Amino acid sequence: MMRLELVKRPQRSALFSVLSPFIAFALTMIAGAVLFALLGVNPLEAFNIYFIQPVSEVWQLHELAIKAAPLILIAVGLSVCYRANIWNIGAEGQFILGGIFGSIIPVLFPQFEGPLVLPLMLLLGMVGGALYAAIPALLKTRFSTNEILTSLMLVYVAQLFLDWLVRGPWRDPQGHGFPQTIQFGDSAVLPELMPDAGRANWGFVFALVAAVAIWLMMSRMLKGFEVRVMGSSPRAGRFAGFGFSKMVFFTFLLSGALAGLAGISEVSGAIGQLQPVISPGYGFTAIIVAFLGRLNPLGIVAAGLVLALTYLGGEAVQSALGISDKVARVFQGMLLFFVLGCDTLIHYRIRLIGLAAPKLEAAPKLEEAR
Amino acid sequence: MDITVNILLTIATAATPLLIAAIGELVVERSGVLNLGVEGMMIMGAVGGFGAGYLTGSPWIGLLAAIIVGALFSLLFAVMTLSLATNQVATGLSLTLLGLGLSGMIGTSFVGQPGVRLPNLSIPGLSSIPVVGRLIFGQDPLFYISIALTAAVMWFLFKTRTGLTLRSIGDSHSSAHALGIKVIRYRYLAVIFGGACAGLAGGHLSLVYTPQWVENMSAGRGWIALALVVFASWRPWRVLAGAYIFGAVWIGQLHAQAFGIPVPSQFLSSLPYLATIVVLVLISRNKRLTMMNTPASLGQPFVPDR
Repeated sequence: MMRLELVKRPQRSALFSVLSPFIAFALTMIAGAVLFALLGVNPLEAFNIYFIQPVSEVWQLHELAIKAAPLILIAVGLSVCYRANIWNIGAEGQFILGGIFGSIIPVLFPQFEGPLVLPLMLLLGMVGGALYAAIPALLKTRFSTNEILTSLMLVYVAQLFLDWLVRGPWRDPQGHGFPQTIQFGDSAVLPELMPDAGRANWGFVFALVAAVAIWLMMSRMLKGFEVRVMGSSPRAGRFAGFGFSKMVFFTFLLSGALAGLAGISEVSGAIGQLQPVISPGYGFTAIIVAFLGRLNPLGIVAAGLVLALTYLGGEAVQSALGISDKVARVFQGMLLFFVLGCDTLIHYRIRLIGLAAPKLEAAPKLEEAR
Repeated sequence: MDITVNILLTIATAATPLLIAAIGELVVERSGVLNLGVEGMMIMGAVGGFGAGYLTGSPWIGLLAAIIVGALFSLLFAVMTLSLATNQVATGLSLTLLGLGLSGMIGTSFVGQPGVRLPNLSIPGLSSIPVVGRLIFGQDPLFYISIALTAAVMWFLFKTRTGLTLRSIGDSHSSAHALGIKVIRYRYLAVIFGGACAGLAGGHLSLVYTPQWVENMSAGRGWIALALVVFASWRPWRVLAGAYIFGAVWIGQLHAQAFGIPVPSQFLSSLPYLATIVVLVLISRNKRLTMMNTPASLGQPFVPDR
């Protein structure tokens, strides 16, 4: 019988803080190989189809950017929340509300055209996401209601609301009864970056800009310091005069606005209209991206690309091997598990101890005391 | 009269999975652990239960499988948060995400297959008594199990020494540890119990409520169960009351949709989720009540020092 024992490190290990995402990725690969083998597929062949083929041509890299953009945008916002130990897990709903708010102009005022349309749409999208995120923030600060549960419940409400809109009042009358809005006009479509090479649009640029901006804020500005203090020691934060309620609102509105921007970018760029479902779970996958990226905006860019690849790979194995594309979800879940597990190594050494072994621990303890 | 009885019966059927999952989570949280993976364990229980029932033809084997799958899945969470001291919120979330993905993948071949249903209790003579007969003697077995489970947990937590120890761990793991209590061992058992309950609740969904496999069929019930625990301020009998209120809301909106009330069905469908928010607000407004009952070390990782 063996037992795990954690031994606290004197300080966080810089080595493992860099290595842990890679170890986690390697472990996910091993678990993935077992999974594919269980499904009766040669793991090497499956990995080739899952991870290599989807990014072997230029247009495919554009698809990767399309998937990565919302993940990165949402995740950098969430990273600020999680750093402050505030748990917004309803980004999926804020994404949807961003999509809805941003679509107000192209759906209700399609005759309104020109260069102003797109900036207004993006702005409205951010407002929509931020307003929707303000609900759990308000409930938390006013009534100390648990923000995890409220923000999550609002995801279901948002999904149903979108469903009602596109089947009801916003449905395209010329759409042959399909539950969708009209196609957005030209001036309401987010332009592609390099139309000759692939479909990637400005959403990816927004994601990179947001990542750099948030990185600057977190590492170079007082606000970022405030967030980190509130997260690691709320008591110290109170002594320093940082307001808890303000922090809740700041993190929720920021992450909501970014999720909303991701929503309208997706609707206006990749889809071109509202449909009953506009997200394959980006808001939830972004939680994984945030943790895989070590809650660091620059790490999140890399993590966003990795997670985007899991989506593309899922589609690829479905069409090539007939495996359910849910395999992408499994990969994402496993990855988060391993990341969290490996993070333990940053703060602790892990020792395996046989239960029968005699305990000769006085000496090292003395050493630690010195 | 018959309609009333039918409505009451469907409310009980809707409340039962919420009650079972929430009672399990209540024990987990009383031990000081916050497992946000209820939704994931529930859906794994649902797919495991359906699969085992479908393959063997026996709903009872299905039910057993649901419990085992839920417990095994929660073991993953226990190893992570208890042995590796990972963040409980993040780990619970990843359990839910993994569960939703894994169940969807496992269940691909079950979609559209006819399932097996646990038969309702039927006692000759008693079950056919008008009105009360079916309510008391004619429901599905899990209804009785859920009530018995609630009573057992109440007795365990508040009338036994082990229950007291469990609660003390939830309130202060360091003090409990200093007294020589095996904090981690207790928590392992609590988490696994919670997983078994969530799995059983999932099994109810795919073996009683709608005996078939539909992706994401738990539809947020795991999260509502989590909210119920807060709503109940960690008291078993209030979980029972809360589960039935939510069962009534769930069934109420379905009936309203069937009667063709001129409100879009999506609005009615969102009622259970909105009700959850409202209820959480009402209960957390009372800060004293919440503060008094919340297990004090809820969600804090614990690493025993030597």
